[in-house]
Amino acid sequence: MKQLTVISGKGGTGKTTIAAAFASLAKDAVIADCDVDAADMHLILQPEILETIDFTGLDVASIDESLCVQCGKCKDACRFDAIRDDITINIYECEGCGVCEYVCPEGAVSMVERKAGDAYLSKTRFGPMAHARLGIGEEASGKLVSFVRNNARTLAEKHDKDMIIIDGPPGTGCSVIASITGVDMVMVVTEPSVSGIHDLERVLGVAGHFNIPAVVCINKYDINEENVLLIEKYCSENGVEVVGKLPYDDTPTKAMLREMTVVEYSDGEFSRRVKEIWENVRRHLHETSGHTLLTMAK
Amino acid sequence: MKIAIASGKGGTGKTTVAVNLALALENVQLFDCDVEEPNCHLFLDIDLEKVEDVNIPTPVIDKSKCDLCGKCSEFCRFNAIAVLPKEVMVFPALCHGCGGCTLVCPNGAISEEDRSIGIIDKNKGNDGFEFYRGLLDIGEPMASPVIAALKKHIDVDRTAIIDSPPGTACPVITSVGDVDYCVLVTESTPFGFHDLLLAIDVVKTLEIPFGVIINRYDIGDNSVEEYCISQQIPILMKIPHDMKIARLYSEGIPFVVRMPEWKDRFVQLFDTIRHEYEEARS
Repeated sequence: MKQLTVISGKGGTGKTTIAAAFASLAKDAVIADCDVDAADMHLILQPEILETIDFTGLDVASIDESLCVQCGKCKDACRFDAIRDDITINIYECEGCGVCEYVCPEGAVSMVERKAGDAYLSKTRFGPMAHARLGIGEEASGKLVSFVRNNARTLAEKHDKDMIIIDGPPGTGCSVIASITGVDMVMVVTEPSVSGIHDLERVLGVAGHFNIPAVVCINKYDINEENVLLIEKYCSENGVEVVGKLPYDDTPTKAMLREMTVVEYSDGEFSRRVKEIWENVRRHLHETSGHTLLTMAK
Repeated sequence: MKIAIASGKGGTGKTTVAVNLALALENVQLFDCDVEEPNCHLFLDIDLEKVEDVNIPTPVIDKSKCDLCGKCSEFCRFNAIAVLPKEVMVFPALCHGCGGCTLVCPNGAISEEDRSIGIIDKNKGNDGFEFYRGLLDIGEPMASPVIAALKKHIDVDRTAIIDSPPGTACPVITSVGDVDYCVLVTESTPFGFHDLLLAIDVVKTLEIPFGVIINRYDIGDNSVEEYCISQQIPILMKIPHDMKIARLYSEGIPFVVRMPEWKDRFVQLFDTIRHEYEEARS
């Protein structure tokens, strides 16, 4: 089974637009939306939810007021400032380590399971989809990403699909790492702005750190063609292929308003190029046992 | 006064608003809390110097004292310690630095050593404008400790502008948790609208007064504006879709510098925020 994750470093470069288009072009793919704290893929794919699974993140501390003698030992031991002066728990700061429970001499603190979001198994017009919604301010986004990826694998096995297309989150931290570990390839969607370039370099560094082959797609290339040259030079120097360029175009917004992927909405220039990029990516994915694409040096 | 610039969706213009607002005001501090992908410095003509490392205390096992009892591994909820038949393995990247293992070890065999996961740096020189940035190391998962360390540099007597990361998860809460006012930047598209609703959930949960800036307000549809009006959410500013602004952005030039009429609008924005904040407080 092949797994592809679309990431970007910088937000708003067009990850979801392109991943959704890939979903409509792939014949045998399961779709996984791993941008769990601001998921948007469902706005285009309009999945029918077949099963909702409670997601429990890390346990959080809970204090039994009837047993608490306000000694403050828990507050002193907590390194995350999650216990307030009045010895109550700030659940947004609690990391679920259990130190407060351990140090409490009265047995007043216990660690309790807490629902941190919902995970969904769904079907779309392009095939099965795994997605989720993380509760506000939850700690366990990486854990939920792993959960969604497991669900996607289960769906792939059940429906005999040989590919998983993963829409990843922005950034470089826990949820990005959870979205890319063990995949066959990542495609980084960037834009030719100083921020786009800066964030591309960092996120390629993350892919390299975990030895994952990467290709790059440049969106909105006509905003600044000098910067496109810089990106192409950087990629070529680091053995990363640029699989295509997309123009700054209102097709994605118009398609989004109609809840369609760009290739469903139009067969114009933008969609034509997306199809070419998909063909490139598909070819690479089928070639990868890691040898045709270089992984960024650490 | 602490003002956070946030959004659910990435790429809506948080950094643009944070930088242009900071440059339009006097005597401000600007904090780049998007420590996974910080961008503010790319728009500022400054040199950065390192202020400090951000460290997580991570266990070190003294083999001569360890009898492989396994209590540390049993206690650790982050799977950062594994006790094997002949040795103890520590996985530093998984360690949250809670110190639990050192507490439970009956033999005093565990001490802690600082492990750097990122840095804080700031602009050199200081003529009224102070800029601090957090930078998470490549391959490190936990952004929140870097953000928390960064925010320790806030001077409560000055105006602090905080550029927050995208999303609604823990790094966002750490960034906006204790601010006086939150500016939510969105764009007028279905994705922008959907993620704005998530961001509104965050600020309402945290009971932070907030208003909305609609960037590229003339693309997409009117759903964001109609929603804000119907919910009596203040629309603090509308920025048009303008190729000149997009081009300046791509070059790393804040548009208040080249389009001075915008400087007045950002000053006005600050006055509106102050007014809204005072109103919300009373």
